[in-house]
Amino acid sequence: MFYREAGQFKVTYSADMAIFPIAQDRIAVLAIVAGAFLLMPFVATEYFLNSIMVPTLILALAAIGLNILVGYCGQVSLGSGAFMAIGAYAAYSFAIRVPELPLLVSILLGGVVSAMVGIAFGIPSLRIKGFYLAVATLAAQFFFDWLFARVGWFTNYTPSGSVNAPRLDVFGWTVNTPVEKYLFVLAVVCVLALLAKNLVRGHVGRQWMAIRDMDIAAEIIGIRPMYAKLSAFAVSSFFVGVAGALWAFVHLGSWEPLAFSIDRSFQLLFAVIIGGLGSILGCFLGAAFMWILPIFLDIALPPLGELVGWKMDKATVSHFSFMIFGGLIVFFLIVEPHGLARLWSLLKEKLRLWPFPY
Amino acid sequence: MGFFLEVLIGGLLTGVLYSLVALGFVLIFKASGVFNFAQGAMVLMAGLALVQLIEPTYIGLWHFVGIGALVAAVAGLLILRVVRGGTLAAAKGDWRAKLPALVGVGAGLVGGLLALAGGAKGWPLWLAIPAAIAVMVAVAWVVERWVLRPLVNQEGIILFMATLGITFFIDGFSQTLFGSNVYPLNIGLSKDPVFLLENVFEGGILVNQLDISGAIIAGVLVAGLAVFFQKTRIGRALRAVADDHAAAQSVGIPLNWIWFIVWSVAGIVALVAAIVWGSKLGIQFSLTFLALKALPVLILGGFTSVPGAIVGGLLIGAGEKVAEVYFPVVTKFAFGTAMPGGIEYWFAYVLALVFLLFRPQGLFGERIIERV
Repeated sequence: MFYREAGQFKVTYSADMAIFPIAQDRIAVLAIVAGAFLLMPFVATEYFLNSIMVPTLILALAAIGLNILVGYCGQVSLGSGAFMAIGAYAAYSFAIRVPELPLLVSILLGGVVSAMVGIAFGIPSLRIKGFYLAVATLAAQFFFDWLFARVGWFTNYTPSGSVNAPRLDVFGWTVNTPVEKYLFVLAVVCVLALLAKNLVRGHVGRQWMAIRDMDIAAEIIGIRPMYAKLSAFAVSSFFVGVAGALWAFVHLGSWEPLAFSIDRSFQLLFAVIIGGLGSILGCFLGAAFMWILPIFLDIALPPLGELVGWKMDKATVSHFSFMIFGGLIVFFLIVEPHGLARLWSLLKEKLRLWPFPY
Repeated sequence: MGFFLEVLIGGLLTGVLYSLVALGFVLIFKASGVFNFAQGAMVLMAGLALVQLIEPTYIGLWHFVGIGALVAAVAGLLILRVVRGGTLAAAKGDWRAKLPALVGVGAGLVGGLLALAGGAKGWPLWLAIPAAIAVMVAVAWVVERWVLRPLVNQEGIILFMATLGITFFIDGFSQTLFGSNVYPLNIGLSKDPVFLLENVFEGGILVNQLDISGAIIAGVLVAGLAVFFQKTRIGRALRAVADDHAAAQSVGIPLNWIWFIVWSVAGIVALVAAIVWGSKLGIQFSLTFLALKALPVLILGGFTSVPGAIVGGLLIGAGEKVAEVYFPVVTKFAFGTAMPGGIEYWFAYVLALVFLLFRPQGLFGERIIERV
């Protein structure tokens, strides 16, 4: 009844090619963004902002980066945690070694460094494909884990190997309180998500998708695989690197290489797959799922155990939530291998006819 | 020279153990095209089950009863399957259609009662190993029935993510069930180091006996698998499935049964790996990281090649030990400052990556021919 596009005529090409061609979508997205900026800071508690919203948004940004590579260009990567680490440590290096740089610039430069490393590690993708490539990207993960843990220069020779983020100073605005952190992250994520959406809709994104669908055919119709694959690696690593810098500076504050271990890579890959390969909206849904579910299980399991008379200690809770988590992932993959974004589009199809499906 | 040989031999023997884990991957990838990340978790589960059955330190009587029931049910169903000849399917409504359920439940009850009578004393090795195998067979059945079958015809990456989910599940499940400490596993393999070639080099070469017995076990296992694959009827069916799923199905090879068998075999390989690694390090959670160590072995050797897994394991094992020992020396010579050690952590991966640039399908992998 409310979600019908009947009567919305597109009279220009640009209206036809808009990001959200349907007026209801436009209004809904604007309302969500406005609500996130204007309403959320007043209604949410500090805990909610700090440990749910901020990490979810940052993970969503990283998932967008990974989705560009895996979902749009079809190159499976298990090394995204390493690229988050590169972004974080590069931004840290810029921030402490060139203190004149504004913070936002160092964070973006962190992304740029990550993009360059991404290109270097993308070169094997020109020769190898599929799971061979996936395992090859693990090389990046392990190599950078080691590099940041063992080579003192990257951590500015701190004896413990743990690094403290510099003061968050964005053009004279000091980001301190949870609300400010949230707004800062939200602003960065919104801008970059818009950028990603437009990239994948455009010329470059179509090249990526052609490569994903069949690289030899794409090559024959004149798409350069080297250019397309390496640009996907670069853009993807840029997003992931910026997300890593935000994760370190805004969310963690002080961190160790362990924060970007292989578990982070798997978490991101899960977020992308559960959210939906090749969907920007899916990245947000998947990241929310991956971040909130374990927190929920940690809180909900002990009382549930009490109900059946089972006193769980902390280790058992974590093992048990592992188990449920793994089971749920398998369940999700079986029920909807195309992810939450697919569920959403099915729902939209239904909504168009609702409540009179005939 | 003696020192170099010692490092090399130590590395080679560790490499044998890597290939033991890689073998499980290869089997499953060959037969079902699934990149099974859960192999490491299966090693952990097999090891925990075995060690808790031999020397119960954590689990109680009811665990034993449960495992006894499970073991008996699995054994009963397998015997039934063999007796009935495998492919006979009874019509619905026929009493024989209910036979598997009856046999499973009946055998399970008997097994549970027997275990209850025995009490939580710990089982002898000859009973504990088949019991651990039965646990792994049950895992294979669950995976085949509840994960692979619903996901048939999905893309490779979806199946891979599903095995990641299985990894989480098995890790959590086995630690909830069997405890999560470090359990020493002692099944009578000697751990004393021995000196070899004492008359050739001064002081000889120090080799751990455990590594040697591990290598022997691995050799026997590989020989057994080779015979199984080449000479038996099931082995031939497995090879047919590995070659072409659709063609194999069209000549009447039941795919689900083959997958079940192959996951069971991978479970048994995981048990062997758990025995060898567990004797070395104790059964603990870090065994799951073995899966990560086996991955570069795989890409070096090729995903579909059993000999590749062996050769790859040897290369990686020897290469990373030698690199670990000589890397600081070489960098000191080259750059003037010794780089920090610990490169064992990534060396295998970078080696495999560089190698892939020159041979994208691994050492023994099948050549990929692409068509539009």
